[in-house]
Amino acid sequence: MPKQQANWSPYDNNGGTCVAIAGADYCVIAADTRMSTGYSILTRDYSKIIQLADKSVMASSGFQADVRALQKVLAARHLIYQHQHNKQMSCPAMAQLLSNTLYFKRFFPYYAFNVLGGLDSEGKGCVFTYDAVGSYERVGYSAQGSGATLITPFLDNQLKSPSPLLLPAKDAVTPLSEIEAIDLVKTCFASATERDIYTGDKVEMLVLNANGIRREVMELRKD
Amino acid sequence: MSRFEESAPARGGFSFDLCKRNEMLVQKGLKPSSYLKTGTTIVGLVFQDGVILGADTRATEGPIVADKNCEKIHYMAPNIYCCGAGTAADTEAVTDMVSSQLKLHRFHTGRESRVVTALTLLKSHLFSYQGHVSAALVLGGVDVTGPHLHTIYPHGSTDTLPFATMGSGSLAAMAIFESKYREGLTRDEGVKLVAEAICSGIFNDLGSGSNVDVCVITKGKREYLRNYMLPNPRTYVSEKGYSFSKKTEVLLTKITPLRELVEVIEGGDAMEE
Repeated sequence: MPKQQANWSPYDNNGGTCVAIAGADYCVIAADTRMSTGYSILTRDYSKIIQLADKSVMASSGFQADVRALQKVLAARHLIYQHQHNKQMSCPAMAQLLSNTLYFKRFFPYYAFNVLGGLDSEGKGCVFTYDAVGSYERVGYSAQGSGATLITPFLDNQLKSPSPLLLPAKDAVTPLSEIEAIDLVKTCFASATERDIYTGDKVEMLVLNANGIRREVMELRKD
Repeated sequence: MSRFEESAPARGGFSFDLCKRNEMLVQKGLKPSSYLKTGTTIVGLVFQDGVILGADTRATEGPIVADKNCEKIHYMAPNIYCCGAGTAADTEAVTDMVSSQLKLHRFHTGRESRVVTALTLLKSHLFSYQGHVSAALVLGGVDVTGPHLHTIYPHGSTDTLPFATMGSGSLAAMAIFESKYREGLTRDEGVKLVAEAICSGIFNDLGSGSNVDVCVITKGKREYLRNYMLPNPRTYVSEKGYSFSKKTEVLLTKITPLRELVEVIEGGDAMEE
């Protein structure tokens, strides 16, 4: 009998796309609400976004069971931090915690593609982007998930400086206003929905600024 | 002597010479070709005056939508149309080929084509390619013997049915048909049911989407209703629009003049042969 290979995978991909954009004094984090498996839709109304601290919001696409487990671990660790330090975790601190949590499972990873967004200690917008095992970087904007390859080139065109070789690298945050950034995010999702079968139904957008958090939902194509 | 005998197949039937070689390849790790149900919902039903065919309009390449409004209902004859699911190139090629063969046959016989003729031509072609031509078809039409509806699978088997669905969205569409189909539907009821079945595929199957195409075939008449329904408009269009400025920078300008004048010397060395 020839050697049998394992034909059971512990992972599944539930699809979806997440985007985050950092501004001078705000941060927009958005994710679609479709959860799918194979060619079927499991639900049209699933939130991939979680608020971890008062200035940190995480959006994750990939295998939602792993995402849910990861969210629970981070929420528990944040609670312990609050008990020990008598304050909320800052966004850069949460970013480091997420990276460490992901690398802890380096040899059986969380199948989660995360973007963390929020306001840093100075009140400026910050976005951190991750791979599945915890490599992270602070950036001005990021997209993850099934529609990321469709959205990232568009954001590069609209938000990046014309030639990074000539001009010195601009500040990570975008000069756009909050309204313009939200318009950009809506366009990104409407366009990604046209061409990616795993993105659609609704897009949930959270905006963090000095006044607090605001939530907005927009309808997308349901096919 | 024995070599000579091996090359000719036994009188009629199959030659099993390659089975041993195929077994060896599978043992070495070659995966046998499998039947893929790719992104599409196609349906057909028989109503009191003829047949109605329906299809979605999304063409996918893996998870990406390659064409948002393609045509999946193919012309076979003035009274016969065919919906195709599977590899787009295969469905196009096989329906075009059989459509040409039917036209030649019409010239030869002087009669309107029959649905069973198209059926036999398609099934024998697909069978001879042993499923490698990945075309799953819903063939429908009205001829002198009446209305007909058939499904044809990539390996060459066929079914004759009062209502049929194929493609990755076939289960979603069949659920609608099984609940609501009855014999002797009127034209409007039939079109409404077909559109409902395709919509079920469009919204519940990720491989199907965009618009609904319908084709109604009756005795002596066919109506091809391209984009009969458009249930998926774009949800958001930015009012101010976007500009894409030219991202080119002039780094260096250098002009190298070409030689001003080239002199041609008469009576120079002769060319070598």
